[in-house]
Amino acid sequence: MITKRIIPCLDVKDGRVVKGVNFLGLADVSSPVSLAKYYSEAGADELVFYDITASAEGRALFTDILCEVARTIFIPLTVGGGINTVADFDRVLKCGADKVSVNSGAIRNPGLIAEAAKLYGDQCVVISADVKRVDGVFRVFAKGGRENTGMEAIEWIKRCVGNGAGEVVLNSIDTDGVKGGFDLEMLEAVTNAVNVPVIASGGAGCIDHFTELFKALPKVDAGLAASIFHFGEVRINDLKQTLAENGIPVRLS
Amino acid sequence: MVAIIDYGVGNLFSLKSSFAAIGVEAVVTSDGDVISAAERIILPGVGAFGDAAEKLRESGLDRVVKAEAAKGKPLMGICLGMQLLFERGFEYGEHEGLGLIKGEIRPIADVIPKNLKIPHIGWNALRFRGEASPIFKYINEGDHVYFVHSFYGANCAESVIADAEYGEYLTAAVAKDNVFGCQFHPEKSGDVGLRILKAFCEI
Repeated sequence: MITKRIIPCLDVKDGRVVKGVNFLGLADVSSPVSLAKYYSEAGADELVFYDITASAEGRALFTDILCEVARTIFIPLTVGGGINTVADFDRVLKCGADKVSVNSGAIRNPGLIAEAAKLYGDQCVVISADVKRVDGVFRVFAKGGRENTGMEAIEWIKRCVGNGAGEVVLNSIDTDGVKGGFDLEMLEAVTNAVNVPVIASGGAGCIDHFTELFKALPKVDAGLAASIFHFGEVRINDLKQTLAENGIPVRLS
Repeated sequence: MVAIIDYGVGNLFSLKSSFAAIGVEAVVTSDGDVISAAERIILPGVGAFGDAAEKLRESGLDRVVKAEAAKGKPLMGICLGMQLLFERGFEYGEHEGLGLIKGEIRPIADVIPKNLKIPHIGWNALRFRGEASPIFKYINEGDHVYFVHSFYGANCAESVIADAEYGEYLTAAVAKDNVFGCQFHPEKSGDVGLRILKAFCEI
């Protein structure tokens, strides 16, 4: 039976992990390589690296770091941030990334997903959508959640999947950072609309939120989070143990 | 030394790094002489069966692989590389494979329940079949490995050494004498995957 995936997300700027990271026993807490190794050994099923660099030099540094990470750990790696063209896909895939996540790039260039899926396969293309309720309607936001595109989210996600996106990361802006649990209503709407894996993001504050997610929505494939893992509030092994005790299939290491 | 065959499909960076991690020298090569000189061969691959089979034939590497396998050299196909070991593949038409493993490659959509997603992607547990395989000597039944595929090995019961349940039991690994194939990605399956590669390097 396929297991539910637990995915830590790392924001990287100019080759360093940002957002306070609070691990005991890690000499360099902002080194993407040490953190990737830590998470891989802690039982993460996959890692997401998100490049929030603004400059070209920073982007080149990110690429170097990615190669180093891919040399060190042997679990699937997804890379997002600043992916606007197939050349960007090529750049990160050559460093050992397995999947590439697109967000604003797909909004600006509607042909990007189809073009990339044709070149690298559907399994390689992830649509990451930042979604927020506006007057009761799910709307897609761009530019890191700052700009309302006006597009209805479920139709947009369906269109992306139709064009070849093989996986959906749904980040609810409404629940993100609140630590009150995942956005089950929004996630249900998306899992009912598409037949590709859906990764829940935004809102996890404790282990119970993951149990609640997979119990309420068996069609969700994975849970993604950042700060609760970085700050050690939730340890991946404890989380997986609890999920297993609740009858949810996980990979225990 | 392990020769990882480069015939223009897929990214071989992680595979090469995996061998480095277990302390085994590996080269990525499309040179028939290098492949012949290697102690072991890895046939990787992602993409579509027909396309990859054609590239392998065009480069003449299909003959090299078959000749080396016939000499008894350990050969491992990974993902699409495993599928190419079979006699035939039915992905966008019918295509001929290397014929080193009896059976054919069919869409998983033919056998799994309609409500399951395709591709079969993620970590799944191995169920061992038949006699204990030497490539599994450092792992246990039930260990999880990472899959990404929409087609599977069919009509190959005599060669199946492991399968994984996804609505149906799908072929996860095959073996015949010195020829091995993994549908999953050992190079993306954490420690379990590295231990499979290590065992292969000791055959």
